[in-house]
Amino acid sequence: MNNPVDLKYTQNDEWVRVEGKVGTIGITDYAQSQLSDIVFVEVVVSQGEPVSKKDTAATVESVKAAADVYTPISGKVVSVNEDLPLAPETINSDPYGAAWLLKIEMSDPAELNTLMDAAAYDQYCQEREH
Amino acid sequence: MAEPLLGDLSVTGRQGIRFPEPDVPLASLPEGLRRTDLPLPELSEIDVVRHYTRLSQLNYSIDTGFYPLGSCTMKYNPRINEETARLPGFTGLHPLQPVETAQGALALMFTMQEWLREIAGFAAVTLQPAAGAQGELTGVLIIRAYHQSHGDTKRDKVLIPDSAHGTNPATSAMSGLRVVELKSDARGNVDLAALQAECDDTLAGLMLTNPNTLGLFDEHVEEVIRLVHQAGGLVYGDGANLNALLGIVRPGDLGFDVMHFNLHKTFSTPHGGGGPGSGPVGVCNRLADFLPAPLVTIIEEGTDEEPPLYGYATPPQSIGRVKAFNGHFGMIVRAFTYIVMHGPEGLRKISEYAVLNANYLMAKIMHVYHVPYARPSGGDRTCMHEFVAEGKFDDVPDIRALDIAKRLMDYKFHPPTNYFPLIVHEALMIEPTETESKEVLDAFAEALLKIAEEAHTNPDLLKSAPHITPIGRVDDVKAAKELVLCCGVEAVNFYPKTG
Amino acid sequence: MISTARKGNISSMFIPHTDTDREAMLKVVGVPRLEDLFRDVPEKYRFPKLDLPSALTEMEAHAELQTIAAANDSADDLACFLGAGAYHHYVPAAVDAILRRGEFFTAYTPYQPEVSQGTLQAIFEYQSLVAALTGMEVSNASHYDGATAVAEAVNMAYANFRGKRNKVILSPTLHPQYRAVVRTYTKGTPITLVGDEKTQTTPDDLLSLLDLNTALVVVQYPDFFGRVYDYTRLSEAVHGVGALLAIAVNPIALGILKTPGDMGADIVTGEGQPLGIPLSFGGPYLGLFATRQEYVRKMSGRLAGETVDFRSGERAYTLTLTAREQHIRRDKATSNICSNQGLMTLASGVYMSLLGKHGLRQVAELCYHKAHYAADQITKLEGFSLAFSDPFFNEFAVKCPAPVLDINDHLLEHGILGGYDLGQDYPELEDTMLLAVTEMNTRDEIEGLVEALSEVAHG
Repeated sequence: MNNPVDLKYTQNDEWVRVEGKVGTIGITDYAQSQLSDIVFVEVVVSQGEPVSKKDTAATVESVKAAADVYTPISGKVVSVNEDLPLAPETINSDPYGAAWLLKIEMSDPAELNTLMDAAAYDQYCQEREH
Repeated sequence: MAEPLLGDLSVTGRQGIRFPEPDVPLASLPEGLRRTDLPLPELSEIDVVRHYTRLSQLNYSIDTGFYPLGSCTMKYNPRINEETARLPGFTGLHPLQPVETAQGALALMFTMQEWLREIAGFAAVTLQPAAGAQGELTGVLIIRAYHQSHGDTKRDKVLIPDSAHGTNPATSAMSGLRVVELKSDARGNVDLAALQAECDDTLAGLMLTNPNTLGLFDEHVEEVIRLVHQAGGLVYGDGANLNALLGIVRPGDLGFDVMHFNLHKTFSTPHGGGGPGSGPVGVCNRLADFLPAPLVTIIEEGTDEEPPLYGYATPPQSIGRVKAFNGHFGMIVRAFTYIVMHGPEGLRKISEYAVLNANYLMAKIMHVYHVPYARPSGGDRTCMHEFVAEGKFDDVPDIRALDIAKRLMDYKFHPPTNYFPLIVHEALMIEPTETESKEVLDAFAEALLKIAEEAHTNPDLLKSAPHITPIGRVDDVKAAKELVLCCGVEAVNFYPKTG
Repeated sequence: MISTARKGNISSMFIPHTDTDREAMLKVVGVPRLEDLFRDVPEKYRFPKLDLPSALTEMEAHAELQTIAAANDSADDLACFLGAGAYHHYVPAAVDAILRRGEFFTAYTPYQPEVSQGTLQAIFEYQSLVAALTGMEVSNASHYDGATAVAEAVNMAYANFRGKRNKVILSPTLHPQYRAVVRTYTKGTPITLVGDEKTQTTPDDLLSLLDLNTALVVVQYPDFFGRVYDYTRLSEAVHGVGALLAIAVNPIALGILKTPGDMGADIVTGEGQPLGIPLSFGGPYLGLFATRQEYVRKMSGRLAGETVDFRSGERAYTLTLTAREQHIRRDKATSNICSNQGLMTLASGVYMSLLGKHGLRQVAELCYHKAHYAADQITKLEGFSLAFSDPFFNEFAVKCPAPVLDINDHLLEHGILGGYDLGQDYPELEDTMLLAVTEMNTRDEIEGLVEALSEVAHG
């Protein structure tokens, strides 16, 4: 699993890319491989909406599973990926790039300190494969 | 060639059944409320009968072969049940007619309540829930109501073993309770330490399937129940696996407070391609007041000359109604007929042979298919009416339970339940039931062993299976992404395909 | 009449094992006796003596059940004018002939599409027929009955708004048993149910309850009193506050009446029993459930969808959107529902196919005309009048000169099953009887009813 080193990760398989005050959120390569072919994705918060850490931000469905995506950071939603619902399979092919789900203007950047870095997340994924 | 759809077969002007002309004066139809068009198909009776007959021929069924689906109890569906359920004295009864005119049906229901009580060791039974999942909801709502009635509003936690059926946590969540998963120990029992740790004053109850979905009777079931009771909680029994316990042990005697029955599993009512089921619920004494209303009861005692008068009653602290009318009466008649024909000795034989069949099958294949929680025969624990094997081979990592399941269909067997319970990798859950003969079990074991061989020598046969079924594997991804759930059913003026 | 004292033989005809089989199998398993397989069961509770009557052979069981069935007066023996949610309609012979095919009724849930195309295509066609009948875009593979279908609609609406709206308005003329079931289902949830505390008389009375906290409004069509309204204006008002509208239907009425889809319903539920399913003392019945494409992922219950078979490339069917269901979502599922009504959906599919475009309209018209004839004749009797002046389909409420219970006793003496006593659910409707008329009631029967009622009028 090539998890990009510049991202932060959660135990629920979300990633965050930080650029200034804005965090972009998506789900990881591990998550998409566990779910297999994604057939549906819906971001359930809207632009301008305030969110708190651990709120449900999106739902993702494959043939065999459905998962909620929780935001790892609090703040205000500044942008939602409008293209993704039309091509949910992008999550499988490009989980860290075109398949970003939403962008949040962070209210408490200190929350990032509780997240895992790439090395820790790699280890976490390996431990789960028994 | 796929069977045509109704819309394809429809021809303008055809009608399958005609009705008499009105024998009364015609009233004028309501202004502004008339339907402009009724887009249903136009078919003659022969078209309809041929269409559905041909469709039926694409199905596998118990009538055509073995169905070792774990926890489904796919036993033979007796034909006599179909006769008795169809007696006009039953089919023509309106649920709201005066009780005096339905004494036969009410007596049957009352007796059924009594028999289910006796079989499982409970104080009272309701026949209202329509299916197992609804029985669960009823049971969990009763537990919740009980605690509320004692002012125990803190009790909102339900413990559910990791091997449980998905309906258990779904039901608890629906009832506004929070779910905490309990892990199983290395022998497949409820982990007592884990249970103990959760026994506090927020405990509403434990939902336990016993024997569990691994087919194992919990070695500490009495202790499990004692711990929950001591902490003030109640124990719900998921009765899906009751086929192992008829005449063997009564869950009520073990201390279960409430349990649902699955008439469509244990008591032979047919699965019908997905339903209807029937999920009566039994309760212990302290929960009897909370049963759904109405409950069939004796409203006037009988005498030496007169039978009792049966009617309905509302339990004093009833959780209310869970379904309109009476429950699935048609299924209750079938299950009643089944019990009539078995009696106490027959019921015990059902479980004895269900358990024998499962152990026999397990013994025949476990040297090739690893059974992780197996108890080797002769001395140590055995399985009950079902067992779970791993559908994989360490030396052929590419082959999975799915492939084995699909290849079984080429041997004219329906695959066992797969990928459940979640605690076994590549799970194949196998429940033969008591109505299968030794010959069928031998053939099934042989097929499984052959497939294991093929997995090593010619894995492609599994990967590309099934080959002899009416269709091959389907595109699940396409079905979910390009949702087509309906089609036009008329001959002309097709509705555009939605999705 | 259920005999409990008799001597029977151990009937285990469904268990094929011979003694030789058993011994051979025990050897392979490695235990000496059957009893040894149950060592995990606590000894003091093992092998209880069950106090049940001894087994009967099939012949004897058949006779016993016939005796029990004969102790009932069914709609075959009586002229039936009772409705209130379950109706006496004609079930064509071909329906049961198809249902009795073992390949349908002994089949399991179609989780393996390769060997279940019969069941799956039948479900897909049922979904299509229900959508066409109700004027909606998609239907599921059914819920347990009309009552639980409404409860699932409430669930669905609540989930749709993600808990941000928790008020549901129930019309007081939604079937009392359906409202009771919804109350049971919403215990333990934050949903509040309003609207049916007292009996209002028209849909407009619900308008004043609409607000931004309303998730769903539920009405019935025809309503419990048999009345039919155009809910279009109501649906506009409901949508105006951003809420959803659910309409619970009698599907036979849709043979001639404007569809709830045309009125703007977001969800249509219904009791499908009139579509080829016998009265059977209350069950098993059929919960119809249809909605618009945009809500399909919020809908609970099974769904059959069209796809292709990889082997041939041809059209095939499979259960789809299963990720919503309990076996995958577990505690996050919208509902715990596992089974659908299976064989009942097949019955209604065959029924709708046999009757089709012309037959269903015919049945609906017969119900309508006969009911209106009955109402006309009854209201000519002194002391009897219609309780409401609104248009109705095949059920109507009649104010009577005596208690309904007494009138029904009298009717029974004439071999007539009288109507429903509305006073038991609506206190202000004392002495008011709800009468239903279907294609099964001949003119003679109707006139017999009128004559028997005229005897009541004269005391």
